[in-house]
Amino acid sequence: MTSEFVSVVDIVGSIRAGKTTASDVLEQHLARIDKRETEIHAFNHVMAESARANAASIDADLKSGKERGPLAGVPIALKDNMCTRGVPTTCSSKILEGWKPPYDATVVTRLQQAGAVVVGKTNLDEFAMGSSTENSAFGPTRNPLDTSRVPGGSSGGSAAAVAAGFAAASLGSDTGGSIRQPAALCGVVGVKPTYGMVSRQGLVAFASSLDQIGPFTHTVADAALLMEVIGGHDPLDSTSLDQPVPSLTAVLGRGVKGMRIGRLADMPDGCEPEVLARLDAAFAALKAAGATIVDIALPSLSYCLTAYYLVAPAEASSNLARYDGVRYGLRVESADLISMYGATRAAGFGAEVKRRIMLGTYALSAGYYDAYYGKALKVRRLIANDFAAAYQSCDVILTPTSPTVAFPIGEKTSDPLTMYLCDIFTIPSNLAGHAAMSVPFGTGAHSMPVGVQILAPALGEPTMFRVAAELERAS
Amino acid sequence: MSPPSDAKTTPKITAQVVAKVAHLARLDLTEAELALMTTQLTGMLDHFGDIDKLDLSAVTPMAQPFPIKNVYREDVVVPGLDRQEVLDNAPAPQDGRFRVPPSNGSES
Repeated sequence: MTSEFVSVVDIVGSIRAGKTTASDVLEQHLARIDKRETEIHAFNHVMAESARANAASIDADLKSGKERGPLAGVPIALKDNMCTRGVPTTCSSKILEGWKPPYDATVVTRLQQAGAVVVGKTNLDEFAMGSSTENSAFGPTRNPLDTSRVPGGSSGGSAAAVAAGFAAASLGSDTGGSIRQPAALCGVVGVKPTYGMVSRQGLVAFASSLDQIGPFTHTVADAALLMEVIGGHDPLDSTSLDQPVPSLTAVLGRGVKGMRIGRLADMPDGCEPEVLARLDAAFAALKAAGATIVDIALPSLSYCLTAYYLVAPAEASSNLARYDGVRYGLRVESADLISMYGATRAAGFGAEVKRRIMLGTYALSAGYYDAYYGKALKVRRLIANDFAAAYQSCDVILTPTSPTVAFPIGEKTSDPLTMYLCDIFTIPSNLAGHAAMSVPFGTGAHSMPVGVQILAPALGEPTMFRVAAELERAS
Repeated sequence: MSPPSDAKTTPKITAQVVAKVAHLARLDLTEAELALMTTQLTGMLDHFGDIDKLDLSAVTPMAQPFPIKNVYREDVVVPGLDRQEVLDNAPAPQDGRFRVPPSNGSES
């Protein structure tokens, strides 16, 4: 954790103990936003006014002895693809510019009930399609640790907001690594929960069988606390798991003695040597803490990229059909309905979104469905089977989160396929629906942070968080 | 409608195919966009041909991480979205409805 910033747990403790107030904590974060936001562009929309009113109300309640929840007074940022009633929610797309959702996402309601103070909506790759936050219609976000570099993506604004101290924590969404990869590139903790553990109600859909909301924080304990607040069954999401979120804050001190940590026997090409050196150091730290390292194989790993870049665009092409200029967002007037759809969507979507809609529409179209989408679904089964076999001999698997540290802005924008290769380690857990998280573990090339990824089976969060806490102690 | 299940993912993508897909996707692409998209989709589909190496004949497709079942709620009245709040977001609301251009291409 960067020493200049205070953790969520410490903020909650200080406010409860009367050492500071929610308003003071908020002002410290707003001051940092004032100082660096122009340079970083983490936000699409800063909510200073409503945040100040919320903080004041929390302070008044706490003063009169009223309980305000486990996150009382914690400034939190939300990725701008989560619905906030009456507050613009753009997905960083021109097609949704000015849209004010008539309802809150379930995670937003849960954060508010827990006393969190929402400070703003963060920038993202348009509709969460990208790995660098360069695909935003409102301009790129820059990495707070080196503003010539990307923060990762697609939740780059949420990662940058925490890394820059604009918010104590934030929420992102992860369809193929969009929480974990920016967390790694910005040096913060990022969690992709088991599919169904956190409600997707009010998350603007990208690829519904892959999307999952999760937190960005400075510490593992903060991430555990956030998970306990936002997780758990929601009747408004039909894919929500019908069980309570397991206790995570309680297990962090339990260590990893006797645990079996999986290591890929065949590491895919393309990883920076410094990244691999940090991964080796992570294995050594866990071994020193009493874990056993076990070599495992995921034979279908190299095919995941193809499966993902067919399944996700296919689902996206269907989900994004709703942007037709009829009920909300942009409309380009035309003489008839069909040409109004085509003109509106051409004007409203950016290049990457158009590319993925095209790819998805092609993969689903008559004559190509079996050859592309159908095969991709079978490869998805293969990786799930690979994981099932691997978890016979290990409890979690450790990999790099990203093959490289944060890359310079503009480096990968000309070749979509090069950008897609950033996601090789993060995609498999989305395809399988499993839990995964990234923990900062030292630095690599250019003194930029390296993240180590912990993969766990479905509902393996308690084990995963114990490993994360051990890595944090060792880093 | 579909090719046999052993169909290869051999890309046979042409500018005509791309234009057809753009129409299906309701995206009015410019000539320049169509040309770029043809090149880029060809490159991607070439790469995606890697899965042709796999024998998938006995593999069950997996569309969702976990089995999905119908979810029902009690049949009771609950508040819906605020009608005015919803209509305020519409590009062309009229008389409490969404106004759209004619579907047959001429005003009636």
